[in-house]
Amino acid sequence: MKIKIEKRLDVPFILTILLPLIAVLIAFALSGILIKTAGADPIAAYKTMWSGAFGSTYSFSETVVASIPLILAGLGVGIAAHAKLWNIGGEGQIMMGAFAASGLALFYPDLPRPVLLGGMMILGFLAGGLWAVIASLPRIYLGINEIITTMMFNFIAGFWVSYIVQGPWRDPILVAFPFTAQFDKAAWLPRYFGTRIHLGLGMALVAAVVITILIYKSKWGYELRVIGGSLKAANYSGINVKKSLLLAMLLSGGMAGLAGMAEVSGILHRLQEGIAAGAGFSAFILVALAGGNPFGIIVTGLLLGALLTGGTSAQTMGVPPQIADILQGLILFFALASSFFTRYRVWIDRSKDKSAIVDSGD
Amino acid sequence: MDIHMFSALLHTMVTAGTPIVYAALGELITERVGILNLGVEGVMLIGSVAGFAAASQFSNHWIGLGAAIIAGAITGFFYAVLCVGFKVDQVVAGIALTTFGIGFSAFVGKPWLGLPLAVPFEDIRLPILADIPIIGEPFFDQDALVYISYILVPILWYFIYKTRPGLHLRSVGENPRAADTLGINVTRMRYGYTMIGCAIAAIGGAYLTMAFVPTWFEEITVGRGWIAVSLVIFSGWNPLIVIAGAYLFGGLDAATLYIQAAGTNIPSHFLAMGPYILTILVLVLAARKRKGGLGPAALAIPYDSEGQ
Repeated sequence: MKIKIEKRLDVPFILTILLPLIAVLIAFALSGILIKTAGADPIAAYKTMWSGAFGSTYSFSETVVASIPLILAGLGVGIAAHAKLWNIGGEGQIMMGAFAASGLALFYPDLPRPVLLGGMMILGFLAGGLWAVIASLPRIYLGINEIITTMMFNFIAGFWVSYIVQGPWRDPILVAFPFTAQFDKAAWLPRYFGTRIHLGLGMALVAAVVITILIYKSKWGYELRVIGGSLKAANYSGINVKKSLLLAMLLSGGMAGLAGMAEVSGILHRLQEGIAAGAGFSAFILVALAGGNPFGIIVTGLLLGALLTGGTSAQTMGVPPQIADILQGLILFFALASSFFTRYRVWIDRSKDKSAIVDSGD
Repeated sequence: MDIHMFSALLHTMVTAGTPIVYAALGELITERVGILNLGVEGVMLIGSVAGFAAASQFSNHWIGLGAAIIAGAITGFFYAVLCVGFKVDQVVAGIALTTFGIGFSAFVGKPWLGLPLAVPFEDIRLPILADIPIIGEPFFDQDALVYISYILVPILWYFIYKTRPGLHLRSVGENPRAADTLGINVTRMRYGYTMIGCAIAAIGGAYLTMAFVPTWFEEITVGRGWIAVSLVIFSGWNPLIVIAGAYLFGGLDAATLYIQAAGTNIPSHFLAMGPYILTILVLVLAARKRKGGLGPAALAIPYDSEGQ
């Protein structure tokens, strides 16, 4: 008897559904052990997390609210991923987008409302996009690993926002707090259904459609996918690789910048420290799980949003909210591991061929 | 600046550089065997909390060190299961490990958050050596973990370049198929060295909580794991250059503290950006020097023993 591993030629459909489910179940089981050691009842904690995320109209609306920045930034990570560029600078791009949008809100509150909100979107998009472009210049021109450079830019942006909210843009009334003054009502994104769900959701849906068309129907999108398939082939076919990649990073960071704009304008109504709150990383994990397809990103983004809101409500059970980070990491681990079974077929060879006889002989 | 001040500056340079020395040495070994671990930051965090928790529980920093090493090795084992066993994308796996490490350390470390360590590693003055003018005190009036790093660097260099097992290590990272043909067990080597590498990187995290700071708080590593990854590239995968590079970052930390103590108009936030800007500069330098900065040829490529 021998365990054999062979590459698969085709993947049975049932596996593409079953494996992710098993991955999520194992991740929850392992986190359950951690919750147990922290002194809480895992089943009760998961029930609380579930009702915190889906239990009522209000909690579901909060799940949607939490997923808006993830989906916006995730759509951006997805664009770059089509060209095999890993943008893990979402955190920094969110912060720079939020910073630029806040600037307009704080200093030009008297603009007509559509101009103000539209201007905040454009500035947020550009700031996030340029931050990503600068961070990826070493990659595009010198071949330096973009993961490290985009990551370093997260720290730099973090200190920049800290400086801004503690220094020049500090709230003149509540001076002790690391945030700016509250924006004028004109700079708030409209909210709907009597919940905190704001226009950011609409922005995400529109962006998903636009990005789908760009990636799958435009010449640039085609070039991007050629680059992602093989850099060599892209070079031979005369594609301007540098230009395509720069544009990809501009849009990628721009989406994260838009996520930052949506957070300050839709939820917080001011710029403050820790504005990105891990959304940039979650956006990366989102794309690692869902792939580059915008609609996969929306669905998975909602699920990760549920994990975050659920994690927050688990606090009432004495479970630290970091359980959401742990679950994200573990789900990604097991999803990655489970993809092994879609790529390879594992089976036990019971045939009594020569090697089997030799094996049992020693 | 007088001589004493300069000595004090060098002393801080060494202490601030030491966590990066360990993290980068660990990453170097892992990469040498062909496994890219972008999760060093996560491994360091797990080591930092394991070390602190065990040291304060048993009131002994050596037990803390042991706990960090074991926690790092276990983390490395699971990382190897993913990368060697399941042949997953190592970039994504590394980010998953970082996220997990951030969450796990914050979750487990809750009870110790912000507490001081009663039994940190204290400076031990080495006779004669510490009396050397200027450089004596900075380098030889340090704690035990610093001394261990002095020994570890040349040992690793010798091991990698001059010994037979070191040759095997390099060959698995360069050409696993050839190594396999020669009878080297590629899978076992990759498991083993990933575990050793992560154990060493975990010491880097433990150094923060048991000697440098010494307390524990969330995300105490603030990017040192990423700095370590770029130092490995900068060093050309050579331990001797790793320690020099780590002291460059330590020196920047020390200079920042000096400038702040001396009083300045530059906001501390801008000074704090220094290490991250330096990381990018270091990578640019490495890329210009080597035109692309090539590492082990089989880095981040899973090995299929059965051929294509």
